[in-house]
Amino acid sequence: MIWFTLLLVVLVLAALWASMTTTLLRATLGLALASALLSVVMFSMGATLAAVLELSVCAGLISVVLVSVASLTRPRSIQEEIASRRSRLRRIWPLPLVLIAAGVALSFVHAPVDIVLHLPKGDGDVRTLLWSMRQLDLFGQILILLAGALGVLVLFRKEAKDDD
Amino acid sequence: MTIEMPQSFWLYFTFFVLLLVDGLWCMLATRNLVRILIGLEILMKSVTFFLIAAGYLSGRMALAQALVVTVIVIEVVVVVVVAGIILGFYRKHDSLDVGNTRRMKG
Repeated sequence: MIWFTLLLVVLVLAALWASMTTTLLRATLGLALASALLSVVMFSMGATLAAVLELSVCAGLISVVLVSVASLTRPRSIQEEIASRRSRLRRIWPLPLVLIAAGVALSFVHAPVDIVLHLPKGDGDVRTLLWSMRQLDLFGQILILLAGALGVLVLFRKEAKDDD
Repeated sequence: MTIEMPQSFWLYFTFFVLLLVDGLWCMLATRNLVRILIGLEILMKSVTFFLIAAGYLSGRMALAQALVVTVIVIEVVVVVVVAGIILGFYRKHDSLDVGNTRRMKG
């Protein structure tokens, strides 16, 4: 349990680094590290399929998309960078203190949990469950993927028109 | 069927809250659109983690994984579409500052 708690602490630290670091590339790397650590957490909890998806899609694909966005933008001038860094530091510095305070406060909570989950019947293999009980989710996912692809096409078409 | 939560619920809840606060603060404290997207991603990580923890504690991991797969698919589409919107915004305003959205029409 101790190593698992340590893993969760490192996960929060990676997310904190992604929030606080100054450059976009480092923030993206911090996010990818947090995703990779989350996939290890999922794997250790027995959620292997979700862990593989998290590692390949969130730590891989999303990082590539974010790095591409950062690389397509112009770097700021030194004056802009200094001004932005100062104002950002003013807003972001309380975050670690807030996280430590929240962590310490919540670690003292040992109240009995009265949450009762009302779950549907049936649980076994995730593939069987996805294809037999959650077909609506699958159709929704397909529709969302198509909508996303169409959205990206529309965005790039507009850009091409603007360039002309 | 009803399932009551064990005490280790608080450990998972604590880290869920920490990730949630981190993501929210990242979104609110910045003016950079890409950083707002990164904050949204951290928020999604907290939700994903809590779904898996709920499945683990209740013994319904298959259901939790099915929901997490759905969340990840939606997350990817949101990130790709928002990245496209950010690039379009950057080409129009030559800046990633969220303050420029006040100059938009409508």
